[in-house]
Parts: sequence; structure tokens; C-alpha cells
Amino acid sequence: MILLTINNERREVDVPDDTPLLWVLRDHLGLTGTKFGCGIGSCGSCVVHLDGAAVNACITPVSAAVDKAVATIEGLNNDIARALRQAWIGVQVPQCGYCQSGQIMAAAALLVQHPQPTDEQITAAMDRVLCRCGTYNRVRRAIHRAARPTLEAT
Amino acid sequence: MARHIELDRRSFLKGVAVGGGLLVGLHLGLPTRAEGVAGTVVEPQSPFAPNAWIRIEPSGGIAFIVARSEMGQGVMTALPMLIAEELGVGLDQITVRFASAAPAYFNNLVGQQLTGGSTSVRDAWTKLREAGALARWLLVQVAAERWGVAADGCRVERGVVIHPDGGERFRFGQLATAAAAVPMPPGVFLKEPDEWTLIGTPAPRLDTPDKINGRARYGIDMRLTDMVVGSIERCPVFGGALKGFDAEGAKALPGVIAVLPVSAGVAVVAKGAYAALAGRKALRIEWDLGPNASLSSAELRRRFEQQFGQPGVSVRREGDPDAAWSRAARTLEAVYEVPFQAHACMEPMNCTADVRADGCDIYVPTQAQTRTQRMGMDITGLGEEQVRVHTTFLGGGFGRRGEVDFVRDAVELSKALRRPVQVVWTREDDIRHDFYRPAGLNRLRGGLDVDGLPILWKHHIVCPSIMSRVRPEAVVDGVDHTSVEGAANLPYAIPNIGVDYSLVDTPVPVGFWRAVGSSQNAWITECFLDELAAAGAQDPLALRRRLLAEQPRHLGVLEFAAAQAGWDTPCAAGRFRGIAVAESFGSFVAQVAEVSVTEGQVRVHRVTCAIDCGLVVNPDTVRAQMESCIVYGLTATLKGAITLAQGRVEQGNFHDFPLLRMSEMPDISVHIVPSAESPGGVGEPGLPPIAPAVCNAVFAATGEPVRSLPIRL
Repeated sequence: MILLTINNERREVDVPDDTPLLWVLRDHLGLTGTKFGCGIGSCGSCVVHLDGAAVNACITPVSAAVDKAVATIEGLNNDIARALRQAWIGVQVPQCGYCQSGQIMAAAALLVQHPQPTDEQITAAMDRVLCRCGTYNRVRRAIHRAARPTLEAT
Repeated sequence: MARHIELDRRSFLKGVAVGGGLLVGLHLGLPTRAEGVAGTVVEPQSPFAPNAWIRIEPSGGIAFIVARSEMGQGVMTALPMLIAEELGVGLDQITVRFASAAPAYFNNLVGQQLTGGSTSVRDAWTKLREAGALARWLLVQVAAERWGVAADGCRVERGVVIHPDGGERFRFGQLATAAAAVPMPPGVFLKEPDEWTLIGTPAPRLDTPDKINGRARYGIDMRLTDMVVGSIERCPVFGGALKGFDAEGAKALPGVIAVLPVSAGVAVVAKGAYAALAGRKALRIEWDLGPNASLSSAELRRRFEQQFGQPGVSVRREGDPDAAWSRAARTLEAVYEVPFQAHACMEPMNCTADVRADGCDIYVPTQAQTRTQRMGMDITGLGEEQVRVHTTFLGGGFGRRGEVDFVRDAVELSKALRRPVQVVWTREDDIRHDFYRPAGLNRLRGGLDVDGLPILWKHHIVCPSIMSRVRPEAVVDGVDHTSVEGAANLPYAIPNIGVDYSLVDTPVPVGFWRAVGSSQNAWITECFLDELAAAGAQDPLALRRRLLAEQPRHLGVLEFAAAQAGWDTPCAAGRFRGIAVAESFGSFVAQVAEVSVTEGQVRVHRVTCAIDCGLVVNPDTVRAQMESCIVYGLTATLKGAITLAQGRVEQGNFHDFPLLRMSEMPDISVHIVPSAESPGGVGEPGLPPIAPAVCNAVFAATGEPVRSLPIRL
């Protein structure tokens, strides 16, 4: 048995140590908000937080999550998350939406590190998340808006 | 003043919902009824009738059924806007359900239930507004009768009918059951554009909230009781076949339930995706690689090139191109080459099927409900009523999800194992077993007169046909119209034009890829036009203006984009502009790209886009689709390609089939040209101009035309 802390809840799973965290979340814990996109840590659809840091769950063995706080899109509910979601709606970011869990998780980790990120900081943090619908410019605008809610982004 | 529209009384129908309330739908695929008798919506056990678009419950609930697939293009919001406008409700007052597979939900523009070809709004534009207007008319009749007033004096606002004196009101729910008994009117009134309050507004998308908290359910997120997960190892060589396999290693792994051959290869079925993937790695398979085991991209190119030695099928001929070739003051010849491209939807292909003796449920992110249902019927032998298609959200479509290979995978496995099975493809499966955008070779010949103006345009297209696989009867006299669209309809006034086509199928499966033929033909034609402009010392915009004098909508977007991009003002140092225009799917789009070229690297800094798509339902969706098309097209312009060696695709994941990332994004500005024309498509028309706009800018920067994609300097 592997004991995990996911979205502030203790969860037990019976899987081999090397099982990627992605599949534990999706297939064993029913947390399907974290998406499978590539399996090689290249697309960022599966970004979750491990002790607040953005990681690709598809290449993170579940053993690496033991004794750490795992946060997924379903559990992301702090002030930053609220600001991001409000901005995402204001800017109308998602299209197909499949990558958006990863986008928001990556953005939330960024805003903890840089509450008022520059364009360069946004690019550095968000380049890991692919979007085939091409929502990148709206993602950028929404992050600026979430970071500076009083300034109306254009 | 509202416009009166005659209803086709045999096509529209209404009925009472189970438990009371009003249903309004379309009458297709049901038994023919006597002339003049209004049809009835049939509602069996299912909560939604197989032909309803609008359901108004006595409790007040209002549901719209959306019969097209939401793959990012915003159809889940745009189609309800059409109904809501005429019905008189707010988008915040309705719920949306995706339709099952039924003839009433056929897309009239393509003859089946399909989301593709940028047709959703064009198909729905009249019929969904009529459905909304019909429901509203029926509800108002009941209210007017109860009050003893003329229906004309009643108003409708946000789901209530208001008494002519402004006082009393009925909610739709209070009127719904009685409205179902009101005789059908001969016609309804549709609002005039100046009466619209919803159409033309940037209404927020209805799917956004669920897409930002992990709740949106894609096909890959389906979870059924007793469901197992299958993953299939396919022959790496196109056209190969299974010879034999050893399943012992896979079966010994924890979680693996079954290993069995299926049409596509060898399937490992396990309790979860990871166990299934591990099982695949433990398989030992012997393939008969078949006749294509040495096929390469170079070999395919040779096959294409041979076609230049013989005439193709003429698809357009004006003037006398051959005579013009010999009398032109100057001639140019160029060969343009496009590679295969993969769709690479972010959600890998998947399907969940539950086959039982008496029925089959298919949960699938599909663009093609009719084909999905038929695939289910073919495999199970069950009837149309027994094979139910449940459309989930689609994590991208772009044409890939109009195919049903992944449906076959899941239905075969569920039938064999007698339990629900979800088939999940890996990214490698997706990249290596796609139906690719066709590769092709194009020979262009142009001629100029003494003033440097084009007098001759010859274009020989050599490429595989999509239709020869999908719908062979659509290949007429050797021509697949999807191969020549965007080329045969060259809009320029050139006196001698010859466009020929040679259909050359290859073992590589090809399919519909966003914007289809226009996605590459616009690149070829718009780039070669710039070559002619340069040879004749003409400004690319000025030459287009001159040759498009009779094409007002092309010209309209061209002027708009050029003005917004500042075409007539100099670029910043080191920056260069390119322009392109294209008509596709009923809309007109021009784009100006601003690029720099540094040490062989192209950087696109800015794209200015102007679109004329006729009347606009949701301008923010139009903008988003233009942005999306530009990014999708930039990936094909700048990033990767699908190549073959030893009969297999050389790429497999995002490290060798890279997609554009945020750090490579240009600024994009989108301008919608006001238009009163009927709506055109928006999901694809933004794509064709981007590759030529960028390549023409690179041509301006380097003096060398770009004649193959992706750009490699």
C-alpha cells in the first residue's frame, strides 16, 4: 500500500512503486481532471503540484509523491486559483479545453513564485504546456489579469 | 419588422414530453404522416427524444439539444444562441445536452450527423432559429388564449410571456404542456438582424466553467462499472498484417486481463491504462510487413514526380495556357512540396464501448455520430435503435475524429470480452497511425507580359485522394474535389489558366486535416503569386488588388488586413511582411505576417487577420477560431512533418513532431469585416492564409521563395 496526500485528503493505493502518478490519479482515484497527453513529459496536460511545485504527473513515479502534498485541478481552491478561474472566464481562454487543467496548474505555480510575473516569466513557466487549439495568447492575458485584477487587461 | 418564414410542416414537429412539457424538433426518419397533420415528437424511455432540439418542462427547465460535437470551436454556445434568440431566453436559463445519433440530427450540408467542413452554423442557421421561433409562437398562443387577448400584443422576455398591459406573466414552464396541443402554424416570424439581442454578441461560452475545474468529461474520462482498459499494438508498417504473437509475458503481469487479436493488431486489456501499456511492452509479435516494408518519403516523392511527365485531369481551363506559355515575355516555373501532417489532437484517440446481447452503448469523442453508429451496428449485428452513441467533449478534432478506427477498437473488444472496454491510444499510436494530411508535389508555371503582369497560370497538382478511401463515389472522372479546392478556384483575373490534377494514392492513409485541400493549396498559389509579383517587379498587395478587382469579398479582407498591418508603412529594421488571402468554407480571410530571419531561424512576430464570414453569431468565437487556425497553421509552417522510412512513420511524440509553444507565438490581431451575407464557416477558413503570409514574408526577407514545408532555411 502506498499512502498519499492528495488535495488534503489521505488516500491509499495498491500499485507498483513505479506507476506514474498520472495513472494513479486517473485510474485508481477517479481524478480525471489531470489529463494524459504524451506520456513523456513533453506536453504538460498532466501538470499537478507536488509540495507546490509544478510537475508532469506522467513521468513522476507514485513513489516520488509519498510524504508530499499532491494538488490536482480538482483540489485547487485557493485565492490564486479563484483569481485564475475568474480571469480565464473573463478572457474566454479555453477552446477544446483538454490542456486547460495543465495550463491552470502551471499558472498557479507561477503566481506563487512570481505574484506579478513579467511576460518573460510567463513564457518560461508556461512553455511546458502545449495547446493544439492555440490559446497561448489568451493564457498570457488571463495570467496578467489574474495577477493584477485591478488593471483591466486589453 | 420580423420576417415571415413559411414552415415546411412535414419537417417540423412538436410534442408532449414524458411527464408533460413541450418538445420541438425536426421530423426526419420517422414514418410519413398525412399531409397537413402536425407530426409528433416521439419520446421513448430516453430523457431526450431522438429528434428534439428544444425541451421545455412544466417545472421550468429548458434544455437545448446540440447535435454537433464540441471540439473547441464553440458550437455548444453558438447553436444555442440561435435558438435562444428566437425563443426569447437567456443562455443562463438553459442547459445543453449533446444529441444521440439520429437522422433528425443530420447535417444537411454533408448528409450525415457530422461536425466538419466548418458547416455547423451554416447548417443550423435557419432551422434552429425556426425551431426557436416555433416554440415561442406555440407558447404565446397559450398565454394569449388564457388571457383572452391577441397573441400579437404579448411580449416574450427571458423565458416569460408578458401580458399586453405589461402586468401579468406566465413562465414558459406553465405554458409548455398546453403549447404541445396547439395546432402547428403555417409559418413563423424570424427576427430581423436589427432586432437581435444575442446573435452578434460575444456571449461567454457555456463550456468554460467545466473546462477550468477538471469537471468537463472527455471520452478518455469515461468511467463505467466493471470497465477495463485496452491498448493495441499495431503493425508499424502500413499495409502489414499480424502473423503471430506470444502473450505469455504480458499475461503474467499484474492487472492484465486478456490479450487478444483484433482488426487493428494485438490488444492488451487490463484493469487500468498503465497495466495495459506495460502489457504491450511485454508482447512478442511477429508481423508480416507486407509490400511496403521499404517505403520511404523519397520513394513517394519519386512516384509523385513521375506524374509531371504526363498530363493530369484538367479541372479548370481558361484561355489558351499552352499558347500563352510560348508567347509570354517572361516565364517562371517552380515545384512546391508539402509533407504529410498529423492532426495531433491533445486528447489521444479513445473510445469506450459497452456491448451487451440487447444493446451497445458507445461513449466517444467523435465528430461522426452516424459513422460511429454504423460501425457499432456492423460489428455487433444490432439495430439502429440498439446502438446508442453518447458524444463526450472532444479534446480536439481537426478532422481526425471524423474517423471511426478507434470506435472499431473498442466495440470489437467489448463484444469479445462482454464487458465495458475503454480503448486508449498512446501519443505514439496517434502520431504513427493517423489519417494524415496528404503529401503532394505541385508544379507551377507562370507567364508575364511585357509590363510584368501575369497572363498565364498553370498548376499541376499531384497528391493522394482522401475521398478514394472515405467516399469513392465522390471521386468523379479522376478528380477528388478536396485535392483541388483552393487551387481550382483561383480568384485572380489571369486570362490563361490551366489547373490539372493527378490522383496518386499511396499506402499512407490520408484524411481530412483542418481546412483540407485549401490548407496547402492556398500556400502554393499565394506563394507562387508572390513569385510572379517579384518577377514582374510588382508590390504583392498592388498586384492582388489589380487581379481581384471583380472579387469584392477577397478585396475587402485584403484591404482591411493591409490597412491594419500598416502595409504601406515601412517595417521595423530586420522585419519583413508577407500577405495572403483565401476563400474557404464560405468565408474570406486575409492575413499579414511580420517576420524576421536570423541565422536561418524564422520568427513570426505579428499576424494581422481580417475575416469576412458574413453575419456573425458570436464575434469572440470568430476571433478565437482565427487565433486557433493561425497557431495550427504555424505549426505546419514552422515545426514538423510526418516522414517515412522502412514503411513506417519516423516520428512518434512531441519531441520529434513538435507543436508551436507559447515562446514562439506572434501577436495576433483579428478584425471582423462587417457583412450582411449569410454566415460562412469559421473553424477552418483562418488556416489557409497563414503559411503563405509567413512564407511570403520570408521571401521578402531572403529573396528566396519558400517552396517546401516546413520552412528550413
